[in-house]
Amino acid sequence: MNNIRKQDIMSLLGCFVLFAVMQLLIMFDIIGPFWELNIVLIGINIILSVSLNLINGYTGQFSIGHAGFLAVGAYTGAIVTVKLGLPFELALIVGTLCAGLLGFLIGLPTLRLNGDYLAIATLGLGEIIRICILNIEYVGGASGLMGIPRETNFAWVFWVGIFVIFFIKNFINSAPGRSCLAIRENEIAAETMGIDTTKYKVMAFTIGAAFAGTAGVLFSHYFYIAHPASFTFMRSFDILTMVVLGGLGSMSGAITGAVLLTGISAFLAEYPEWRMVIYSITLIVLMLYRPQGLFGNKELSLKMFKLGGDNSGRTAEGK
Amino acid sequence: MEELLKVNNVSMVFGGLRAVSNFSMEINKGELIGLIGPNGAGKTTAFNMLTGVYEPTEGTITFEGNLVNGKKPYQVTAMGMARTFQNIRLFSELSVIDNVKIAYNMHVKYSLPEAIWRFGRYFGEEEEITNKAMSLLKIFKLDGKADEQAKNLPYGEQRRLEIARAMATQPKLLLLDEPAAGMNPQETHELMEMIRWIRDEFKLSILLIEHDMSLVMNVCERIYVLEYGFCIANGIPEEIKNNKRVIEAYLGEEVS
Repeated sequence: MNNIRKQDIMSLLGCFVLFAVMQLLIMFDIIGPFWELNIVLIGINIILSVSLNLINGYTGQFSIGHAGFLAVGAYTGAIVTVKLGLPFELALIVGTLCAGLLGFLIGLPTLRLNGDYLAIATLGLGEIIRICILNIEYVGGASGLMGIPRETNFAWVFWVGIFVIFFIKNFINSAPGRSCLAIRENEIAAETMGIDTTKYKVMAFTIGAAFAGTAGVLFSHYFYIAHPASFTFMRSFDILTMVVLGGLGSMSGAITGAVLLTGISAFLAEYPEWRMVIYSITLIVLMLYRPQGLFGNKELSLKMFKLGGDNSGRTAEGK
Repeated sequence: MEELLKVNNVSMVFGGLRAVSNFSMEINKGELIGLIGPNGAGKTTAFNMLTGVYEPTEGTITFEGNLVNGKKPYQVTAMGMARTFQNIRLFSELSVIDNVKIAYNMHVKYSLPEAIWRFGRYFGEEEEITNKAMSLLKIFKLDGKADEQAKNLPYGEQRRLEIARAMATQPKLLLLDEPAAGMNPQETHELMEMIRWIRDEFKLSILLIEHDMSLVMNVCERIYVLEYGFCIANGIPEEIKNNKRVIEAYLGEEVS
């Protein structure tokens, strides 16, 4: 067990080094504003894909309404800072809790469904959330909520991202997490092994939704605005694509997927006419040759390179 | 002998079909009971009622005096009944040891925050679970394959793992649904020895559904026979072997 604790500390040290390097590169303008923006976006997308991976990859519940929870976080966070004039830290907490609460309330009835039915229900719920926001004048309706202070920076995104990754990694490596994996593998067997399947499905869904809310707060406080058009179902699909591309049920996969897809679209920003073509070709090729995603459900670990160490999920690669 | 499970006049009706009719059965502590019958006789339905998958349409089931009717499968497992499946249902993508660890989850006491921040009882209990799972795997001769994916095990070992997993829930009554299905005579023989050994070692009761007559006749102390949902006979193997109705059910009526 000490082994695992030691590994956690090592990973954390790795994160510090990575953070220091990135921060210096940004400070000395070696990474320009364009890439800084994209790095922040990558960070936000990592939080989203890792949290969706908990629901879709680890627990096996096919949800495609993640943008809805992102929107809830973005708006409630903005209300806290803009309308109530309270600090950003509080906004992060409120946004997370509101999205989590909504996830819990939505999860209770919908998680009785499975497979396609759950996918359609969550897709619908994501849209319902967006349409509701669209019609609330208090938060700007169709023109969006403007004048949000830019509080998010690289440091915030990085450390919140690390927090989320560690949270989910530790969750999966514990008894409740294993219950979620069991539900994915075989729900009937899981229930016969004494696992209250509804409880753990709702638990995973709530945690996933809450972190989507966290990402939302970071998102709206970086781009000055929370606009309903940012939270359409296309956004949900984007996140889902990252998770599937990386490999459902793999932490390393979710992170890589987010980095890769956000990176590709940033690289192709100069060739807007080719952007979607290359983006889709990448996906088609990948699905043809690696339908299980880049990592399958394996984790990137030192073991892969035959250097020893245990494979309880390496998660040091923040970005 | 102390009574463990009591099934009292239970029926299960699916629309117009009476899958099980007025079935009664008692299992005492430490007994090894067989449930046999031709295909479609309602054996698995009876199992599903015992384990909470179905709620009986009529009648009551009590386990150690507590009512099983209306309980969900996980609650039934918590009461002390564990089962295996006719068609193996392992957590196939997970490692062998994780399969067993999951069955211990019910007994885990550390809270969610302790799991996530890794303090308090987390490390101690995780170590305990791993050790318990390992020793259980050793008993079932699977310890050498602890880190292998469950789906990569040979068929016979998958069956063993399913039993090991059920044992990890620490049951008082173990229900085995056709444990010998698809096994060769050698494996069946080993299984027979193992079933007896489990019963004596863990001091529990076992109810098994089986088609393999030699296994049932050799292992079970009492046998219930189902046909078309009705219990047509029960008694010790000798009686069952010579029971006319049972022979008819299995071999057809004699033309006279």
